[in-house]
Amino acid sequence: MQGKTTDISKRIAGTCRRVAALAALVCGFGLPAAADNLWPEKETLTLGFIKLTDMAPLAVAYELGYFEDEGLYVTLEAQANWKVLLDRVISGELDGAHMLAGQPLGATIGFGTKADIVTAFSMDLNGNGITVSNEVWAAMKKHVPMGADGKPVHPIKADYLKPVVQQYRAEGKPFKMGMVFPVSTHNYELRYWLAAGGIHPGYYTTGDVTGTTDAEVLLSVTPPPQMPATMEAGTIFGYCVGEPWNQQAVFKGVGVPVVTDYEIWKNNPEKVFGVSAEWAKKYPNTHLAVVKALIRAAMWLDANGNANRQEAVKMLAKPAYVGADAAVIANSMTGTFEYEKGDKRDVPDFNVFFRYFATYPYYSDAVWYLTQMRRWGQIGEAKPDAWYDEVARKVYQPEIYLKAARLLVQEGKAREEDFPWDTDGYRAPQTHFIDGIAFNGKTPTAYLRKFSIGLKDDVAPAQAGGN
Amino acid sequence: MNATVKNDPELARAARKAAQAQRGLLIGRIDGYISIFGFGWVTPMLRLANGEDPSAQLKALWRGLGIPLASIILFLGLWAQMAPKVDTSLGAIPGPAQVAEAFGGLVDSHKAEREKAEAFYERQHARNEARVAEDPSYEPKIHPYTGKPTYFDQIWTSIQTVFMGFLLATLVAVPIGIIGGLSPSMNAAINPLVQIFKPVSPLAWLPIVTMVVSALYVSDDPLFDKAFLTSAITVTLCSLWPTLINTSMGVASIDKDLLNVGRVLRLSPGVQVRKLIVPSALPFIFTGMRLSLGVGWMVLIAAEMLAQNPGLGKFVWDEFQNGSSSSLARIMVAVFTIGIIGFLLDRLMLAFEALVTSRAQR
Repeated sequence: MQGKTTDISKRIAGTCRRVAALAALVCGFGLPAAADNLWPEKETLTLGFIKLTDMAPLAVAYELGYFEDEGLYVTLEAQANWKVLLDRVISGELDGAHMLAGQPLGATIGFGTKADIVTAFSMDLNGNGITVSNEVWAAMKKHVPMGADGKPVHPIKADYLKPVVQQYRAEGKPFKMGMVFPVSTHNYELRYWLAAGGIHPGYYTTGDVTGTTDAEVLLSVTPPPQMPATMEAGTIFGYCVGEPWNQQAVFKGVGVPVVTDYEIWKNNPEKVFGVSAEWAKKYPNTHLAVVKALIRAAMWLDANGNANRQEAVKMLAKPAYVGADAAVIANSMTGTFEYEKGDKRDVPDFNVFFRYFATYPYYSDAVWYLTQMRRWGQIGEAKPDAWYDEVARKVYQPEIYLKAARLLVQEGKAREEDFPWDTDGYRAPQTHFIDGIAFNGKTPTAYLRKFSIGLKDDVAPAQAGGN
Repeated sequence: MNATVKNDPELARAARKAAQAQRGLLIGRIDGYISIFGFGWVTPMLRLANGEDPSAQLKALWRGLGIPLASIILFLGLWAQMAPKVDTSLGAIPGPAQVAEAFGGLVDSHKAEREKAEAFYERQHARNEARVAEDPSYEPKIHPYTGKPTYFDQIWTSIQTVFMGFLLATLVAVPIGIIGGLSPSMNAAINPLVQIFKPVSPLAWLPIVTMVVSALYVSDDPLFDKAFLTSAITVTLCSLWPTLINTSMGVASIDKDLLNVGRVLRLSPGVQVRKLIVPSALPFIFTGMRLSLGVGWMVLIAAEMLAQNPGLGKFVWDEFQNGSSSSLARIMVAVFTIGIIGFLLDRLMLAFEALVTSRAQR
């Protein structure tokens, strides 16, 4: 009786709210009025991640109930490695996952496993480092210029590693380093750093899928959590990996981080949240809901000048997430980075989750990864500039991101000024690279011509030469 | 009558003796069962309580309980002594105390997770009600708890997986074994394949199984998790060989006269297999199955590590990846759990085998 009236009034209220939301949507984006409601089509989701601190938005969205606020019941599942993670997203065992920025791009253009993967959410900026073993550091340190305080001057360039590599090669010992995956940020960052210091990291060719043609340093794949142990075992002499695995090496005394990716390329895009294109098409509202929850999580992580980071560290230290000791995770998550033991420096932007429009999926970020794939031969032949743009638009879906952001602004959960509403998807040319070469996402072919080591135009690896 | 017995000490002693002998027989029978489960040391205690020759019983007790306990204590002592001296990049190897502590931690987190699950269901109810109020066409669903599986959930998953794989292995191996045992030419055909596939490691099968399962097991509402199937089938592939070989050996060694009797009686092949062959080969088949289950349990841990099946193998791998200061202790808890469960599974099969063979022989 009374229940019925409240029922009806609630229903009316609900309809009003939906109409209001819809009207706003139509005003904002001119979307067709077909989107009747935005309830998620699929409510039980399994999302995959790799044990790295930059999976934080997923853990935060789960722990703070942001997923549940969107009506999603999410299970977060750690995956054994990036290959397993990608395969399980493709096979549908995972609804989506924390991915390397290069993975959706690599899959879409068919380097490695071919599959259409899209992303509407960029997970973070920076967060990686390059670590070398104690032995290599001892040899390298002799060449590194020292500051007035007796500590090495940063950024440390690969120029100082070069004599060490040459010595190893002269002794007939191949110089081996680890990275986490062929299309990983880490592979490209390590290659960028080495090449900027005049060390050739090797090309991928049709016959050489390990990417060691012409290489002076042999790079191989090692899963992130095994990096310190593999280096300790002497299989590799250094590696590029995300946190906490650089700080772990310092804590365990097995190696010394020499450079962070922030110094290689200031505010470089790192991980994305990837789903299969088919999944995104089948469950558009679910996708939108996940992105909304992730945006809120990213906002929380960066809120009030990283005020929540200590709490985030506690979450990530749980065995089900990153699981490393809280002290190790805290080092980088709270804005400091320890190079040589005791040499702790402030790097407030070591991990950026929301500032600087970190979560917006910029086309230019995609283009940068594609240029590196071409530079190192993962893309076999030269492509026109239009191709880069086309692939970027196929994989990166800022429309979904902005729609999610708009809904959050309307619900009062986000601020209008925190999102780049008017961007064309290309960042202004970026200049903060360790070698000073500027990157303009609109002219990838011209960008590739600027590197002395690397493929450009239609030069085949054999002709490009190396040493 | 009672009065007479009580009054006559001779008679009373005889009666006590008889009762003691009776109990002794009973103890002997119990011993047959409990010793299968590794509780053989209980028997001398019972006999001692029954007043049978104390020195012999004490000797048996010392051998059955004293020596094993002493060796365990010695092992724990050595372990506690040596462990802190091995320094790894994750800190020193944990000693028995740290491992016990880690186990306590796992129990606590199991309890905490159960409490979180309850809160989860309550929130879900509230949310469903709110949504129905707003959107009456919605049919509320109750989603299972989305938190992480606890250590005990993971043990249970592993046991389920190994039995699934073992069941499949038995279903495949026994019929093929019987065929191979009955016909020497079939045996010659099967043998080389068995010899080639038997030594293959689960880690080699896994990628193939993963791809095949992903390709063939496509369903919108799958009954089993793909990871579960992948691990179970890998277990099957590695564990079917002992059963197969033993079955065919057992069948081949059946008394030829028995088979000839079957032929004379014109029993149909089905009846022959059921009434003659299987019962006579049963001890062999069970020995094979026991070996298979052991192999399966060992293989499972490796399969789960890579197939992402949420069992003990994944627990070990995740902890290795965590690399926290308590990871090694947790992995050791898993090592002991795996060992103890493997032992229990073996005993279970042994008991089953004893039960079935004794019946078959009767």
